[in-house]
Amino acid sequence: MAASLLDTTRPPVFCQGCAHDKVTRTLDEAFSRLGLEGHQIVIVSDIGCSGLFDTFFHTHAMHGLHGRALTYATGLKMACPDLHVVVTMGDGGQGIGGAHFLAACRRNVDLTLLVLNNFNFGMTGGQFSATTPPEASIGSGFLNRLERPLDICQVASAAGAPYVSRCSTYSKDLSREFERAMTFRGFSVVDVWGVCPGRYTRNNRLTPAMIDDALARLEPTPGPVAENQRREYGEYYREEARRQDALPRPTTIDKEVAPPQNLRQDIIVMGSAGQRIITAGEILCMAGMTAGLQATQKNEYNITVLRGPSISEMILSPTAIGYTGTQRHSVVIAIADEGVARRSSVFESLEDTALVIRAEGVAIPECRAEVISVNFKGLGIRPPDWALAALGVLSTRNRAISPDMLIKALHYRFQEPVLSSALKIVQSARSAG
Amino acid sequence: MAMSFMEGNEAVAWGAFDAGCRFFAGYPITPATTIYNTMLRLLPPAGGICLQGEDEIASIGFCLGASMAGLKVMTATSGPGISLYSEQISFAIGGEIPIVIVDVQRLGPSTGSATRGADGDIQFLRWGNSGGLPVIVLAPSDVRDCYMLTREAFNLSETYRCPVFVASNKEIGMTRESIDVETVPSSRPLKRTASPDPDRFQPFAVRDDRTVPDFLPIGGPRVVRQTSSTHGTDGYITTDPGEISRILDRMTRKVAGAVGNFSLHEVDAQDDAGILIITYGITARAARVALDDLRTAGERVSLLVLKTLWPVPGRLIRKTAENIERVIVAEMNNGQYVREIERLLPQHTIDFVGRMDGTLISPEDIRETV
Repeated sequence: MAASLLDTTRPPVFCQGCAHDKVTRTLDEAFSRLGLEGHQIVIVSDIGCSGLFDTFFHTHAMHGLHGRALTYATGLKMACPDLHVVVTMGDGGQGIGGAHFLAACRRNVDLTLLVLNNFNFGMTGGQFSATTPPEASIGSGFLNRLERPLDICQVASAAGAPYVSRCSTYSKDLSREFERAMTFRGFSVVDVWGVCPGRYTRNNRLTPAMIDDALARLEPTPGPVAENQRREYGEYYREEARRQDALPRPTTIDKEVAPPQNLRQDIIVMGSAGQRIITAGEILCMAGMTAGLQATQKNEYNITVLRGPSISEMILSPTAIGYTGTQRHSVVIAIADEGVARRSSVFESLEDTALVIRAEGVAIPECRAEVISVNFKGLGIRPPDWALAALGVLSTRNRAISPDMLIKALHYRFQEPVLSSALKIVQSARSAG
Repeated sequence: MAMSFMEGNEAVAWGAFDAGCRFFAGYPITPATTIYNTMLRLLPPAGGICLQGEDEIASIGFCLGASMAGLKVMTATSGPGISLYSEQISFAIGGEIPIVIVDVQRLGPSTGSATRGADGDIQFLRWGNSGGLPVIVLAPSDVRDCYMLTREAFNLSETYRCPVFVASNKEIGMTRESIDVETVPSSRPLKRTASPDPDRFQPFAVRDDRTVPDFLPIGGPRVVRQTSSTHGTDGYITTDPGEISRILDRMTRKVAGAVGNFSLHEVDAQDDAGILIITYGITARAARVALDDLRTAGERVSLLVLKTLWPVPGRLIRKTAENIERVIVAEMNNGQYVREIERLLPQHTIDFVGRMDGTLISPEDIRETV
């Protein structure tokens, strides 16, 4: 037995006869019996009367916002695996923090959650909570009659909590129950029923004996839930984390060759989602960087994943690049109708020095630029590779990038076996250039 | 010259890592998700922790818990997530919990457009907390800034023990750019000051004439209290108006009074300029192009790019606008930070260039206004 952790200078301030008062003393007994010192425990308290708990103990304490106690507790436990983390929350916090409750059950971080369930919002005036019986007379008028109360233990078990127990504040075994929950390695939920004399029992009859009767009529909750037993999250996390490979620093690209033109190039690719437009844009920029050019890549697409237009705008420049929107385009790659439709205005302003690479079958507006039409399908290249193949065509023309730059970029970007197939696609496209 | 090609979001993640961040929690949201993706690859192999919360409220809550345990923490989201963070941001302010919060802004209001950029959260970041105490907001304009300002955000958050926002934008976060990594200056990571006298530690007491309390972690040998309630220096609820006002005045002063120490900016001044363009974020890039064009055309124009938006670096703005008649404020919204400039420069003619349609303000937009 360790010494009491109650702060005698700050005695509990609950209403006379409040269940929380007994829980405070019983929790202290459990701490003592476990032989814990204050610095080995953090009490994370929610809002409402259960939110006062941290102030009565000489332990670490974190008191935050309504329903969010489990979120702070999770961060604390992950950062300090040896700390005993006890969360005190009411039936109110359980309701407003429902998503966190479900997630904590599923996650199984080693936290002990005490739901101090007194069937109403005590502090704000006895309004109905997630556990208020429909027949109760409470501070929310008729509203509680319309809703079905939540069975915290059933929900916890269904959501995967490995330790679930329901008990009365007035049970002789309560301190042992707190001990069992705290020593259980994993997420433990204790639904502690009690009386709120300040609000609830003013208009409703509820006694310790009635709580015992009600509990006796419910399915027993023995604590460990056989089907939910599994590894504690933090321990599992650390083991998985150790197996992860360190992320290498970003690849650096040195200037190795000279660019075909030492002029700024504004290039736009108009395609559709799924055509790997963004990867092609990245390769184009890396190709530019092998010639010491600066590069930007600005992308535009819809929120849909494999549908909708996909536009990538690249600038390659021997000097610093300001505005990232492409303007006087030197190259346009048009490989899907929806991409062209999104940016059809680009064609109006193309100068006769510009080059358009168009996939056969894609309609483009009239323009002054030179247009190369490529039958990618005929070359045996699949639509997801058309953007890459268009870079092969572009390099053959020595426009913006040379074949050498493109091949170097592919080596930077890909590893085998992708590298070989990318080189092959570029090779077959170059024959069409 | 060794160049790397990366997007702003990756640069934010590397900046955080190099600043000593070892805890990240987030919830997937375009256009911020790639910060989470990168942190997930960076932190676990380095002994750090990266979590995906059940929602944004949980994600920032995890961070606040881990920060109180002494870790450097970061979360990242976009406008809809910042809305959900709001109550936890207030907690970080009131509890003086260091945290870096990245807002990769997207076009609002509400769900808005996930894949279109905007700078629409600029006043929201400042005022989206109950109580209205000051916060620090830094605004990158390119990938290099994303790296450097995130590092700086950690140092400020540790130094002043407050939330520090990095106000990025889809057009920076998800735009890739070549950056010369070797020319990025190094920076010494700072850490919150540990209490030199744990026996007499009070979680919200300050020594001497300091404005920032010393720190001890929850989980250490000395018990530590943290609370979201109005508290005294001991971390217990207080109802004493004198004590309340002393502690809230201190929290206001520690950030608002210190902005002179971190008024990050770039200025490109021209002698006898009659016009000053003030901008920040992605729009700074268009402004630099416009500035070159205008000067080539014979206009005399100066440019101030703000990297610290909040607290408003008033002295810097006033000084830069001295002897200038006309100020043009360009920002990617319908008029937010321009309110601060109008407040600071009541004698100046102030014109506004704004845009809120998911496309960038172009150099021409700025040139035409001039």
